[in-house]
Amino acid sequence: MVEDLVIETKGLRKTFISKEKGGKKEVEAVKGINLAVKKGIIFGFLGPNGAGKSTTQKMLSTLLRPTGGKAKVLGYDLAEQQEQIRQNVGCVSQAGGADLASTGVENLVLQAQLYGLDAMTAKKSAAEFAERFQMTSFIDRPAQSYSGGQKRRLDIALGMIHHPQLLLLDEPTTGLDPQSRAYLWGEIKKLKAEGVTVFLTTQYMDEADKLCDTIAIIDYGEIVVTGTPEELKSSVGGDAIVFSFPSEETARKAEAMLTEKNPAERLQTKTNTVHLNIKDGEKMMPELLRSLDAKNLRAQSVTLSRPSLDDVFLKYTGRSLREDERK
Amino acid sequence: MKVLRDIKLMFIRNMQHTLRSPVFIFVSMFQPLMYLLLFMPLLNSLGGVPGLPSGKTVDVFIPGLLVLQALFGTAFVGFSLIDDIRSGVIERFLVSPVNRSAILLGRVLRDAVVLLIQCVLITLVAIPFGLSVSLFGFLLSLLLYALIGITMASISYGFALIYKIEDALAPTLNTIALPVSLLSGIILPLALAPVWLQTVAKANPFSYAVNASRALFAGNFQNIGIIEGFVIISVLAIIVFLWGLRSLKRMAA
Repeated sequence: MVEDLVIETKGLRKTFISKEKGGKKEVEAVKGINLAVKKGIIFGFLGPNGAGKSTTQKMLSTLLRPTGGKAKVLGYDLAEQQEQIRQNVGCVSQAGGADLASTGVENLVLQAQLYGLDAMTAKKSAAEFAERFQMTSFIDRPAQSYSGGQKRRLDIALGMIHHPQLLLLDEPTTGLDPQSRAYLWGEIKKLKAEGVTVFLTTQYMDEADKLCDTIAIIDYGEIVVTGTPEELKSSVGGDAIVFSFPSEETARKAEAMLTEKNPAERLQTKTNTVHLNIKDGEKMMPELLRSLDAKNLRAQSVTLSRPSLDDVFLKYTGRSLREDERK
Repeated sequence: MKVLRDIKLMFIRNMQHTLRSPVFIFVSMFQPLMYLLLFMPLLNSLGGVPGLPSGKTVDVFIPGLLVLQALFGTAFVGFSLIDDIRSGVIERFLVSPVNRSAILLGRVLRDAVVLLIQCVLITLVAIPFGLSVSLFGFLLSLLLYALIGITMASISYGFALIYKIEDALAPTLNTIALPVSLLSGIILPLALAPVWLQTVAKANPFSYAVNASRALFAGNFQNIGIIEGFVIISVLAIIVFLWGLRSLKRMAA
């Protein structure tokens, strides 16, 4: 095992038994993944709902027992040294975990005590975190009265109160308003600046793009690609042009034409839009439009964009991240 | 010791929740008080039948009523655990270094304390109705009720951890608590029951608890039923607590 790896997994696997009509069925939620998370980075674990993100995080936090494979967290063996992992890892689940009937302070003090701090130090620590996450104005109220953003701040403070070296965050900004998201992003960057490694689970491309140093994309329980956002984006090859046509038939014809013209480029048609990845997109676009017009294939709208992680996801899974939220 | 500290932390946390709305301690006393006020008078005119000495019905009825409170007062505590599962609190505790059994013990001990407050109050209310009770016997009987409460609370938490939703929980708990209370001679003495019913009741651990409770109230300390009651309920409490703990650990499987 390499020294500066905070998380290292080899063939980490989790299967659930689900009861269905006609007997039990094994569902493979995580299909043997290999992860290597370096110390001090923000690692983005990106994928659609049901891809296996939370299951992976729950295994890494010792909540779920892996069905197979090996993992080391902070150098501790996941199967053998759960106590050490629990003491040194911070974890914020998707549900959050704040006790809603209790006040923010009560939540923080108890959490600090559970990690071994005495009552006095726990109170001091709670006050520090209330200050740091700008919660002092509402920290003495029961958590059920908090807004979504306020509650998230408390959830993350709960995960941080024992100063872990590694913080696992499961979709921290899902359902938050834009200001709260921006605020949390700032806090997550601050954690990194303090030397904390952050393992961030997300289904938002922009979040992964803005925050993460390394990204692993997971789909159907398998990691499809890993790299820095830049590497991944440049792997898509060129800019993304999306033509939208009045009908699917026109789109098909346009696809055929564009394929003929640019056999090397990557093309994909979805109902009445054609996605094209091409080098020097802004120079190529006028010419492409002219040749489409010449064949009487009139595009209703055209957008040109630098490759985004959405394009990366499309390239590696054949689907756009949003289009098939799984049941 | 770490485990004792964890139990203390969890107990205080749960007690804080109870004390946040202390009125509920009294709300769940409503049912036994109704039995005391609206049902016990019916028994008075039955005095003299087997198992119910005339003029002393209150002395027989109250120790049974307290067992009933121990069963039903704690049967539905699992609902509070479902709230904690849903809000992610239990998951947060499970990924922390806190001892697993402390998570559950902190709860059942809180439930036992709440139950004992109720039992003392019910007994005090019964004194003007002519209840005579051995003080030492009463103090010992509190321990017995605490064990019954821990048993019932563990069952409640165990099912809450298995179901994780409210819908099935109340019917399940009623299905357990009702026959168990009917088969322990709380409302009417089992001496009145036909032989087959008495035989079935012998398989019900809580009928031994009712016998022990009545012997303790009467100050009848030579009665072998006291030892029987304590042993049977203690063993049962340990078994169901371990079962509840297993359900908790299974959440992480």
